[in-house]
Amino acid sequence: MATIEIMGKTLNLDNNGHLANPADWTEDMAHALAVKEGIPALTVKHWTVLNYVRRVYKQEGAPPSVRRISMESNVDTKELYALFPGGPGKKAAKIAGLPKPKACI
Amino acid sequence: MSEEKIRQPIERVSVIVSKGSLEGVYPGLIMANGARMEGIEASLFFTFFGMDAIIRKRLDHLKVATVGNPAMHMPTLLGALPGMSAFATAMMKREMKRLDIPPVGEFLQMFHDAGGAIFACKASVDMFHLGKEDFSPLVDDIITVGEFYEKSAGAQIIFT
Repeated sequence: MATIEIMGKTLNLDNNGHLANPADWTEDMAHALAVKEGIPALTVKHWTVLNYVRRVYKQEGAPPSVRRISMESNVDTKELYALFPGGPGKKAAKIAGLPKPKACI
Repeated sequence: MSEEKIRQPIERVSVIVSKGSLEGVYPGLIMANGARMEGIEASLFFTFFGMDAIIRKRLDHLKVATVGNPAMHMPTLLGALPGMSAFATAMMKREMKRLDIPPVGEFLQMFHDAGGAIFACKASVDMFHLGKEDFSPLVDDIITVGEFYEKSAGAQIIFT
């Protein structure tokens, strides 16, 4: 299993390179994970999305689709793609320590 | 020589939509939008009857084809009855709504907001005597097949 060195800890990754165990995640880790994804600094808007996807995951056991994030998080599609270049659904999930979303829309 | 070939990830796709039925249009929309969700550059090119998906007055009134489609598991004569296509369309739309798949107009907006480009085929536009004003304002341009290939440099081309 692949691992990642983050904040002095060695954590397991799943096949998609996301944290294997979402419980390993802490808020402080988000910044380091974001930098690895090419996002140098997390803004308030980033955190709106990250907190929303964490909340959905906690309630439903799966991260939301891009469309659902755009409809329910107060961050629209255009902003989402600007905030998380390279795929907002999977990037937001990755930085939030969650598995990749399984949605097709 | 390494034994294993390194598989290059897909970086760009150009999706062609050539059919104007509901079931003919959605696969292309889903493939193109799905590409954007993966961080892949994507453009949609609408040609022939596929252009109904970007014609302002038609795009939210596409119908399921109930005739000539063996996978409908419906006898052709039954499928040809008046109202049958409308019925099948209503059923499919209900199911799509349940799965949170947006209507065509909203889908185009979502793809456009995701940074996708939308084009109409010039040959088809000329053949059907259409103008830019007939299309959704989300359509970036009406382009020739040559321009389509130029714009698709380095892209995988998907024909639907």
